[in-house]
Amino acid sequence: MTAQIQSRTGISAKLAAIALSAFIGLAIVTLAGHVQTAALHDAAHDSRHAMGFPCH
Amino acid sequence: MFSRILVSALFAGFLAGLIAALLQLVFVQPVLLHAELYESGALNHFGDDAAANGAGGAAAAIPGVDLERDGLSVLFTALTYTGFAFLLVAAMALAEDRGFRITVRQGLVWGVAGFVAFQLAPALGAPPELPGSAAAEIGPRQIWWFGTVGATAAGLALVAFARSWALRGVAALLLLAPHLIGAPHPDEFFGPAPPELASLFAARSLGTGLAAWSLLGLLAAYFWLREGKRTEGMARVV
Repeated sequence: MTAQIQSRTGISAKLAAIALSAFIGLAIVTLAGHVQTAALHDAAHDSRHAMGFPCH
Repeated sequence: MFSRILVSALFAGFLAGLIAALLQLVFVQPVLLHAELYESGALNHFGDDAAANGAGGAAAAIPGVDLERDGLSVLFTALTYTGFAFLLVAAMALAEDRGFRITVRQGLVWGVAGFVAFQLAPALGAPPELPGSAAAEIGPRQIWWFGTVGATAAGLALVAFARSWALRGVAALLLLAPHLIGAPHPDEFFGPAPPELASLFAARSLGTGLAAWSLLGLLAAYFWLREGKRTEGMARVV
């Protein structure tokens, strides 16, 4: 019983870590590649163009 | 688990991002700066004035390295690849959790698949743009970009891991759908840069992307396995 609960929390902790990492990755890509505030757009301008993000 | 993903993604993403940034500075940035001369009107490829045409002996020189501007580009390219790395390593972790073995050599396939999802597939509808290109509203294009990346990534995952023909059919649909729907396009074309530069820019952007993503895949798999061995060793000592 205890072992079963432990393995279940083990699995859900793994999936939570994977989901959190994917969320961080998506947040970084959105911030660096897509957010259109002027400061961010100007700073990231050339790299956005070079990587093919829709820019203007 | 999270620290293993974190460390692998930071190392692989930052390293691959730095190399991507260098490749972009050498191969992509000069084309972009050349196009900006047409955008600003310093060069004009219409008409008979050969000096203002800017193909061979350009009337206006292409600017060299600008430390602030290029520094920001390096920073943001490295940051973007770190984001890509988090997504890629998370996917590797999920695959390994489901019983698929990751090897460094397979990392190359993971990297190329990432390139297809994040750069090649969006480029089929919305090719990498020179500054000043005619384009539709930014909002709908960004939505199409996210939809295309998501559908392509899911489609490729099914191609790699699905075991039934029905799911393989779903994979084909996911890969095709963004292109059958089509990216938003502008009502008229008015870009000032020559098409020769635009096609060179798109090809260079994709070429450097493929190189950097291949490296990202190899590095992500390498660090993922190395971190796995390290944490396993620590667990044994404890």
